[in-house]
Amino acid sequence: MARILSILVGLFFTVALAWSFGKGAYTQITEPPAATAEHEFHLHPKEVHFASDGAFGKFDRQQLQRGFQVYKEVCSACHSLSHVAFRDLAQLGYSEAEVKAIAAGFTVPGTDPNTGEANTRPGTPTDYFPKPFANDIAARAANNNAVPPDLSLMAKARHDGPAYIYSLLTGFTEQPAELLKEFPEAKTPSGLHYNPYFANLNLAMAPPLAADGQVTYGDGTKSTVDQMAKDVSAFLIWTAEPKLEKRKQTGWTVLGFLLFATILGYMSYRNIWAGTKH
Amino acid sequence: MSFPWANEYTPSHPFMKWMDEKLPLPRLVYNSVGSGYPVPRNLNYFWNFGFLALICLVIQIVTGIVMAMHYAANTAVAFDTIEMTVRDVNWGWLFRYGHANGASAFFVVIYIHIFRGFYYGSYKAPREMVWLLGVVIFLLMMATAFMGYVLPWGQMSFWGAKVITGLFGAIPFVGEPLQQWLLGGFAPDNAALNRFFSLHYLLPFVIVGVVILHIWALHIPGSSNPTGVEVKSESDTVPFYPYYIAKDGWAVGAFAILFAAAVFFFPNALGHPDNYIPANPMSTPAHIVPEWYFWPFYAILRAFTQDFFFIPAKLMGVLAMFGAILVWFFLPWLDKSPVRSGSYRPTYKKFFWFGLIPAMAVLFYCGGAAATEPYVMISQLAALYYFAHFLIILPVVSAIEKPLPLPYSITEAVLGKDEGAELAPAA
Repeated sequence: MARILSILVGLFFTVALAWSFGKGAYTQITEPPAATAEHEFHLHPKEVHFASDGAFGKFDRQQLQRGFQVYKEVCSACHSLSHVAFRDLAQLGYSEAEVKAIAAGFTVPGTDPNTGEANTRPGTPTDYFPKPFANDIAARAANNNAVPPDLSLMAKARHDGPAYIYSLLTGFTEQPAELLKEFPEAKTPSGLHYNPYFANLNLAMAPPLAADGQVTYGDGTKSTVDQMAKDVSAFLIWTAEPKLEKRKQTGWTVLGFLLFATILGYMSYRNIWAGTKH
Repeated sequence: MSFPWANEYTPSHPFMKWMDEKLPLPRLVYNSVGSGYPVPRNLNYFWNFGFLALICLVIQIVTGIVMAMHYAANTAVAFDTIEMTVRDVNWGWLFRYGHANGASAFFVVIYIHIFRGFYYGSYKAPREMVWLLGVVIFLLMMATAFMGYVLPWGQMSFWGAKVITGLFGAIPFVGEPLQQWLLGGFAPDNAALNRFFSLHYLLPFVIVGVVILHIWALHIPGSSNPTGVEVKSESDTVPFYPYYIAKDGWAVGAFAILFAAAVFFFPNALGHPDNYIPANPMSTPAHIVPEWYFWPFYAILRAFTQDFFFIPAKLMGVLAMFGAILVWFFLPWLDKSPVRSGSYRPTYKKFFWFGLIPAMAVLFYCGGAAATEPYVMISQLAALYYFAHFLIILPVVSAIEKPLPLPYSITEAVLGKDEGAELAPAA
């Protein structure tokens, strides 16, 4: 009885699945899905390497400082960095005085101590990076109806994040002629910009790194578009994962201890079971 | 509840004697995981995963309690409190990554533990109750993990919660009011986040309770073993301590090495990048996928694309997704074979290795892929096999299969013709 019941229930599910499969296969043959421009022209991020990659990776602090400079002078006009405080910049190798000076260079929201009314004041190291727009509506109004996303976690919030950021920043091009030939309706709308590394190929952000030398690096590194894109990607790896170095270093200590303990454990296992066939 | 040759607890210290009279807790430990519990001597490494699962539960509870100290279940700040924990709390990143990867480790271990049970027929009499309680633990784990994934209030948290609670809406008549009652609103919001946090903290302790019952029920017939032949004499067993404590001990070490490698070097490999974007009810992610450990069941849910007679496709998917796990409850009565171990069941063994395992692997893969062809069609075939395996093949095979001859005893299986080998010394 139980067997018959079970076979009936089994047939119920398998026949329903076979029915779904058959209908799906029929639709695939009679109405194959149309190709899309996204499907054919979207590119995976370029291959790019950073000092922080790999099990022994460490940040290149010179590069992080250059990347911070690119963020400050270019990105921060539109993109917030809300999870990072000025005090965190000490980790990039800035001295206490330098951090204070950097913070003071930003204007942050404050409260008038006499009237209690909202005002602004120069930043201090304990402040977080201020947002460039008062709210999402203001951000949309200023950016062709798109909200520039916060960058703190960007390196972890996209597949292959650091390479994606680098590819996007260096990937703006003219729309390929083949694309327009094959998909005339997929022409980049006015106000958007073609970039094959962006999921739907057209994004509201204009190429932010437009020309070599846009930022003047203090350490004499030549500021090509490629270099600036790499530097700011490295900086965003740090903002997304400030504990990366400590994590990897701790990892080796932990693995070393565990390996030692496991070998001891294995030896005691062998010792205890010696002479007992199993 | 044990074999007659089990070692007897004999406290020697006066304090332990006093304790044994008032509250025999040391005796309970001795008989549960000490020298007082005789275990088959021939267990292979698949039998280590029960102990590893217990370790995972402890890791989750310890890291989870610390996470909860820094977390606030409020949609306005939940995402930020997690980031604050990672950035500003001492070792906060370790607890966060340990807890997130600990959930994955727990499911890896539990899937191996469950499939060990499938292969070796661990669900069969006299261990049906052990199996039933185990399936209850698995269901509780899934509920706990699902609600835990909602707490960071990232994009996948929110949309995952929306999709999964939306499944209740497929239930006829009561679906929609039930869904709203569960969420405390029309969509996941502060009310849902708060109750998910409350339940996410509660359920692990319910799991602890059921785990105690699971082990209690196990200790009545004693552990199964790879031959599936029941224990006959003292030479078939060794005491849990020191033999299996030592074996589990080094297995925990090996597990910890792999776990640490994931936590310290690939902490985000199993997570979805979208969950580093704060929840936004106005922006739907391109592909909504749950965590990897739900993929096989998510693939089954999505495999039903057509209405079946008067049953809507969505309801079919929901029935099948829950049915895919609930069917495990009936295994002890679906599999009538008198032989436990798959090693002595030539036909069942083939269906296990060339049917169930590939079907499960395909469902894992398709559940994580986008809901487009050919993945949907492939997952339909795999899901078809999944249901056929448990509900049709297993009952039929167990009736017609001719099993291989079993060894007379565990001792014979271990020693074979090796007459000179020493038996286990009584500890």
